[in-house]
Amino acid sequence: MKQQKHWYDYLFILTPIYIGLGFFNILFAWVGLVFFFAPLILACTRWNKVYCNLLCDRGQFFTLLGGRFGLSRKRDMPKWMRSKAFRYGFLVFFLVMFLVMLWNTYLVFAGARDLAQVVKLLWTFKVPWHFAYHGTVFSPGVAQFAFGFYSIMLTSTLIGLVMMALFKPRSWCVFCPMGTMTQLICKAKAGKQG
Amino acid sequence: MKKRKAVVDQKACVSCGSCVKVCPKRALSIYKGLYAQVDEERCVGCKKCAKECPASIIEIVALEVPA
Repeated sequence: MKQQKHWYDYLFILTPIYIGLGFFNILFAWVGLVFFFAPLILACTRWNKVYCNLLCDRGQFFTLLGGRFGLSRKRDMPKWMRSKAFRYGFLVFFLVMFLVMLWNTYLVFAGARDLAQVVKLLWTFKVPWHFAYHGTVFSPGVAQFAFGFYSIMLTSTLIGLVMMALFKPRSWCVFCPMGTMTQLICKAKAGKQG
Repeated sequence: MKKRKAVVDQKACVSCGSCVKVCPKRALSIYKGLYAQVDEERCVGCKKCAKECPASIIEIVALEVPA
């Protein structure tokens, strides 16, 4: 039984488009907030994990590259990487780094710090990214958030690609912070219902 | 009679839905966003889900089924 294709089976295209646009104008990074809020909002409704299950562009992108294009070893992940401790630990780390990013954005908004036209890879390596910045009519803080948010998106995509290559195509999903959060929301909802 | 069926370790499931997508028999579903559920009536134990599962928590087990 071949499963029928739906419009949402082609969302994988959003991953290369989003990453690509960030090379031309960093302000496009703001669009990525959709990838943040959509899963959380859906998880709060009766749709539960429909984002991970059907809509996630990144999951589809990894399935395509790792599956059909054969760019995955398709091995089991190490046990510790699949553990709850690692999953929740990574979520906490991710959220802390997110807050740091928001704080840096605030500093630029407040005028306490100049705009840094860099993309930070793996929360460590500063890559010059001035070529994708052409000014903004808003506060420089708006651009700072774009640089910060794009850094997170690019970093997590790269980690996901490495996971895909080394292990199974969607290995990133095992400790994806968004997936962890949406599942926690679903667990909280189910707990309430008893 | 024993037949091979997929069994999910529901406590370790991240409910990503990879298994649902590869199942040729539509035997899998994500229950309330919590974990993957196997419909044993439909499952033919083909192992596709077990191979796909990124958390490697689906096993194919010979279960006793009514003949």
